[in-house]
Amino acid sequence: MTTLNIRRGAEFSRIAGLGVARGENAVPNEDIIEPINSSDEWIRKRTGIVPRVRADEDTSVLDLSERASLIALEQAGVSGAEIDAVILSTITYPHMTPGGAPVLADRLGSTGAAFDISAACAGYCYGIGQADALVRSGNARNVLVVGAEKMSDFVDPADRSISYLLGDAAGAVVVSASDTPGIGPTVWGSDGAGSQLIRQTTSWLDVRDDRDTAFPTLVQEGPSVFKWASFKMAPVAREAIEAAGVTPDDIKAFIPHQANIRIIDQMVKQIGLPEHVKVGRDIVDSGNTSAASIPLATERMLRDGDAASGDLALQIGFGAGLVYAAQVVVLP
Amino acid sequence: MADTTEILAGLAEIVAEETGLDTAEVQLDKSFTDDLDIDSLSMMTIVTLAEEKFDVRIPDEKVKDLTTVGDAVTFIGAAQG
Repeated sequence: MTTLNIRRGAEFSRIAGLGVARGENAVPNEDIIEPINSSDEWIRKRTGIVPRVRADEDTSVLDLSERASLIALEQAGVSGAEIDAVILSTITYPHMTPGGAPVLADRLGSTGAAFDISAACAGYCYGIGQADALVRSGNARNVLVVGAEKMSDFVDPADRSISYLLGDAAGAVVVSASDTPGIGPTVWGSDGAGSQLIRQTTSWLDVRDDRDTAFPTLVQEGPSVFKWASFKMAPVAREAIEAAGVTPDDIKAFIPHQANIRIIDQMVKQIGLPEHVKVGRDIVDSGNTSAASIPLATERMLRDGDAASGDLALQIGFGAGLVYAAQVVVLP
Repeated sequence: MADTTEILAGLAEIVAEETGLDTAEVQLDKSFTDDLDIDSLSMMTIVTLAEEKFDVRIPDEKVKDLTTVGDAVTFIGAAQG
């Protein structure tokens, strides 16, 4: 019987380089409260956000992605041509086809495999899980994972559910073969029964069929999302720690998706993390940037000295789908 | 199954833990929002902890009907059946 050859990849993978690009403008609460009849104090208390970063009108998702990617490539010591796969996680690239990843790959000088994934705020952790698998399977040696959003293209200034939280940014990492384990097992899943909790207001077909239909934006059922994220994600996070064969005491940094400071604080409580674990709270200055938020918070913690290269970090993404993914990683 | 007094006492502990209020302030006729200054996110925390404590399920869509502490106590008592 004929048997197929299979590839065997590196035994381990790691995050070899990290780069971020925040939207050029820090938009303060004062600038957005009028259409939602709110106040700076309410937004701070409700979300923790002081300003959110938003990009210039002529800055695209791919511009942000490229800026972040170039930094990640440089830190990893890898050229664009050495990238075998580009995974772009975004829900705000404004073309159904072609995907943004091939265009980004071309800009970086890569002709590797390139594809977009739609896993919203869990997209970065989904991408890390896929990159880890690609490297260890031998299907790629260097994978670029990018979480990038220009959320401001899909907000309704009068929406009180989610729009005021959202920002624009990109975070990129290079995942490469490694002599030691740098990415723990990915614990992931979905709960499609909650598909309407965070959603696009209307389908593109509605816009096609009725030109008076408003351009689609994002909305959420805030309290229900809070409950799901704060309480259902804690067991997922604990499972990721256990799957990695470490204990909470080994974790130096907890870097959750920057959805809302209230969710982050409640998650910390529910997971039962030790006091010494530093917590990513970049949302205060960047807002909720969906797929970009975890790399942004990682970069911030490394820059501020709250975490160091080589530290173990627990990261967890969760969002529209509902989808979620978590893993313990060694910080680059 | 717990009686009204027991449910109120248990709920008051949860509210006190979440808000920093004294348990004595959590009375049946108090409005969660107007009297106890509990916002919709804190309310979800209270609801979730109450679900665990009293072994009941409080659907998200029912939470908005729980205006007063008494509404919540009644709902929990009925859910315990």
